[in-house]
Amino acid sequence: MTTTTRESQRLTTPESLWLEGNDIHDTKAPLDAPIDKMWEQRKFSAKLVNPANRRKMSIIMVGTGLAGGAGAASLGEMGYNVLNFCYQDSPRRAHSIAAQGGINAAKNYRNDGDSTYRLFYDTVKGGDYRARETNAYRLAQVSANIIDQCVAQGVPFAREYGGLLDNRSFGGVQVSRTFYARGQTGQQLLIGAYQALERQVAAGTVKMYARHEMQDVIVADGRARGIVVRNMVTGAIETYYADVVILATGGYGNVFYLSTNAMGSNVTAAWRAHKRGAYFGNPCYTQIHPTCIPVAGDYQSKLTLMSESLRNDGRIWVPKRVEDCAKDPRQIPEEDRDYYLERIYPAFGNLVPRDIASRQAKYMCDEGRGVGPAIEETDRTTGETVVRRRGVYLDFTDVMQRLGRKAVEAKYGNLFDMYAQITGEDPYATPMRIYPAVHYTMGGLWVDYDLETSIPGLFCAGEANFSDQGANRLGASALMQGLADGYFVMPTTIPNYLAGAPFEPIDDSHPAAQEAIAAVKERTQKLLSIKGSRSVDSFHKELGHIMWEYCGMERTEPGLITAIGQIRDLKAEFWQNVNITGEGVGLNQTLERALRVVDFIELGELMCIDALQRRESCGGHFRAESRTEDGEALRHDDQFLYVSAWEAAGQDGKPILHREPLAYNNIELKTRSYK
Amino acid sequence: MALTGLLMVGFLLFHMYGNLKLFAGMEAYDTYAHHLRIFFEPILANRVFLWIVRVVMLAAVVLHIVSAIVVSRSAWSAAGAGRRYQSGKNKSGLQRTYASRTMRWGGVIIFVFVIAHLLQFTVSSLRTEAIMQTSPYARVVAAFEVWWVWLAYLIALTAVLFHLRHGIWSAFTTLGLHIGPVARRNLDALSWIVAGVLWVGFLAPVTWILIAQPPIPGASA
Amino acid sequence: MNVTLRVWRQKDAQSKGKMVDYKLQDIDDHMSFLEMLDVLNEQLTASGEEPVAFDSDCREGICGMCGVVINGVPHGRGQTTYQTTTCQLHMREFRDGDVIDVEPWRAKPFPVIKDLVVDRTSFDRIIEAGGFISAPTGTAPEAHSVPVPKADADRAFDAATCIGCGACVAACPNGSAMLFTAAKITHLGSLPQGQPERRSRALSMVAQHDAEGFGNCSNIGECSAACPKGIPLQFISRLNRDLWGALSTVDGKHLG
Repeated sequence: MTTTTRESQRLTTPESLWLEGNDIHDTKAPLDAPIDKMWEQRKFSAKLVNPANRRKMSIIMVGTGLAGGAGAASLGEMGYNVLNFCYQDSPRRAHSIAAQGGINAAKNYRNDGDSTYRLFYDTVKGGDYRARETNAYRLAQVSANIIDQCVAQGVPFAREYGGLLDNRSFGGVQVSRTFYARGQTGQQLLIGAYQALERQVAAGTVKMYARHEMQDVIVADGRARGIVVRNMVTGAIETYYADVVILATGGYGNVFYLSTNAMGSNVTAAWRAHKRGAYFGNPCYTQIHPTCIPVAGDYQSKLTLMSESLRNDGRIWVPKRVEDCAKDPRQIPEEDRDYYLERIYPAFGNLVPRDIASRQAKYMCDEGRGVGPAIEETDRTTGETVVRRRGVYLDFTDVMQRLGRKAVEAKYGNLFDMYAQITGEDPYATPMRIYPAVHYTMGGLWVDYDLETSIPGLFCAGEANFSDQGANRLGASALMQGLADGYFVMPTTIPNYLAGAPFEPIDDSHPAAQEAIAAVKERTQKLLSIKGSRSVDSFHKELGHIMWEYCGMERTEPGLITAIGQIRDLKAEFWQNVNITGEGVGLNQTLERALRVVDFIELGELMCIDALQRRESCGGHFRAESRTEDGEALRHDDQFLYVSAWEAAGQDGKPILHREPLAYNNIELKTRSYK
Repeated sequence: MALTGLLMVGFLLFHMYGNLKLFAGMEAYDTYAHHLRIFFEPILANRVFLWIVRVVMLAAVVLHIVSAIVVSRSAWSAAGAGRRYQSGKNKSGLQRTYASRTMRWGGVIIFVFVIAHLLQFTVSSLRTEAIMQTSPYARVVAAFEVWWVWLAYLIALTAVLFHLRHGIWSAFTTLGLHIGPVARRNLDALSWIVAGVLWVGFLAPVTWILIAQPPIPGASA
Repeated sequence: MNVTLRVWRQKDAQSKGKMVDYKLQDIDDHMSFLEMLDVLNEQLTASGEEPVAFDSDCREGICGMCGVVINGVPHGRGQTTYQTTTCQLHMREFRDGDVIDVEPWRAKPFPVIKDLVVDRTSFDRIIEAGGFISAPTGTAPEAHSVPVPKADADRAFDAATCIGCGACVAACPNGSAMLFTAAKITHLGSLPQGQPERRSRALSMVAQHDAEGFGNCSNIGECSAACPKGIPLQFISRLNRDLWGALSTVDGKHLG
């Protein structure tokens, strides 16, 4: 396809890509109360539902991770009828399970000066001053209750010999407030929530629908009232109705194809809600984690994270000379190595924040000084094929000489084993190779203080919403947010909404339902009928390459414009040339993937538009045009101190930007410095 | 299975202890056999204790077999009675013992043997010679002077050896005594020791009989 | 390397399945086993055939969604023989020219849905029967109010690492899910918070285990040897101790 009508050649100015909308405000937080009383105040002002009436009301919960599973269990315990959906074969498999590090809580068990305020402060600072103060404060407030709840459920947190809970310092903060269960904290917290959920399934308050994937939300008479799902075993398109719909469907890192997300993690539920009127908040905020195992070949299906704690003792370097890159690292003498983080950031060295460590690794590899297997890449700007090595060394030689191999084994043994298993190399003998990978998306559906989206009756929790983290995320805070939303926020705010329920019953005969069902069926049918020549994965991979190149660690105006054009071309080709084998009935994993990729392609475009619109560098979003004289990220608080909430404007229409101004009344805006 | 199995192991140990008295000669052995009948006399009448043992052992055997059938049927139902995996590359399992694989067929062999064993010594007591009627020693020696009787006995005892190598460990595990890796080593060792002691203890006297062919005092041969 | 795959193909739960041979060329050593299946599926798609259906999600060995029987071993075992999930098994564990058999988990309570995909909801129902601590949200006391001896906490953790993949059942010659059940009972029963329901939990979970149609345990140990997380066999003995305890304390309740 090299005709002159290609989208990539038609685009000119960024501003032509979107429309300006009205400012919005989060109206539910009681802003007149002092920040430490706000949640108390909201809980008191929230309407209640009489226990006898609760069983007359139903709730749809999509997702069974920390937010969805904990929320479904808690709402079930209160006596509501919960219908809970997940695409996996069991609710216990939600991707929260893969989180390694830990969960923060302002318990101050270490007597090291931690407090709710300090956790709040660290969260807002970690989010590079793009998080909402109100939500971040509430998160810090309920964090302590989360630990209590999890311990009562039997989550086996690490303990000291005295029997009390152990804590560690995590993610560069100065206090030890992270609770952990070896390197499997996410797994243990999720199993806790899953057990509580299964208890409610036994009690009959929660009905579980595994292997059911949401395809659309039904908005009837101004309220979210149901969902259209695809039964993944039979292929049937089914509808479910309730008084309120909650999406707890996780992040959209898989828009990059390669990420640390699970294979099935997808944006479809959130994206379909967006198309039905829910605003999408800050889509371009992506967290890229510096210590992942590098890509080994073009067959690679996912990336694996290794705990950031490795940077405490490992030294990161690349060869000074390009010609050394193919050599055995042990043959490269000390004077020919470039410990670039220690060179550029003498104060913080290898412990600079995630985004800086990631970006510098990319620069080194772009210069041609990367290490590891040489892989062919298409330079997406010139279209040329280039050979690059995508990896930098993480070297433990020094610490092994200083403390001995035994000490390193005790501290990092399981991580070294994991590395050895995946790469087939012995990290005790040769330095590890690492490279950044997409790990978490701070953006998501825009929600207010109650976690309600811009569609009445449609709520969104956990990583799927945009609310608490800002432009970046503090380590060990994702688990905290998921559980805070699930255990403590929704059980207050959902009943407040339901106080007006039960609403008029609806069924498939409602025009809104008919329209949604028809749309899903038509989309599915159309995909199956294309029978083109390219596989779904090849489109997904190409989308990933575009996103990673132009909307990854460094974003530029020309790059993003190029990306938007390429994404539009890709979308057009997808709808003409995708090859989906099999049929609509029965299990069809190719069709499942195609339905997800369709939405990833559209999301990718919005992410690029958001990145283009935000002409500043903040948190995980680095615009090359906005940097200080010495090349560091430069925020523009005077112009961009707001949340970007995007409204979809129908087929092929331009998205509309609504700004939610951010006010910092309790924290002073500061600039990060790590030099 | 565990309780009945262990009960039978206890019986076998006592049985073996008695058999070792064959080495002590006819008088010692016959006295021992006689005492089996008058155990706990006069509190219990003659042979009552023996009959209690017989009934308990019969019940143990029946319960053991019934349990075995229940377990086997549930296994065949859950895992399929026929060929489970098309691949023939892991037929012997990752770590399972030969003993654990042969529990069912081993059990059948032992069962057939026990029937034959009981019949043999019941039938031989029906023989006409006076000595055969009064002396258990005479009956045993007469039986094991025949090589193929000894061979059948060897096969059956080897089946018992393997059955108990897994059975004893398994019984104690079911009873909850497998509390860690050390316990596993100890239970495995215990199983081998008990099974081995029984194998040697039962085979030693009859092998001696086969080789030495000791005379039977008072026999008319 | 080049390998030949013999893969179980079965259209749906009702159809009869069979092994089908596929040849794959130029497989990279560093591919994971599932990435090798991805390559096969891309080939099949290109030739208009339906790809092989198999479950996988996190592909880092923690979610428990993946798992196929490779050469008769659940999750597969390579030359270096470490215990792992299928997604963490790499092609360097195989040799050029190998013929590799790939089949689904086989057990009556795990019916095949399609090709290598099975239905494991029976595991959820075992947890539903009692694999939890009844601690409704908001009722929890302060986390430090009950210290837990480190040894107990460590044992609970070792048991809680179970990922619910079902390899234990696929490996057990009896088709028993006792290791899975015992892991949960040990996890919760090792903690002070789990004591009040300890015995009733053991009874009801084992009853559900049997009702689902899983076989009995005869202490063979294949489950633990196949377990990607190395859940030790001794937890089954612990479950039995809880059952014996339950016998003496719960009057008239069916043992299951």
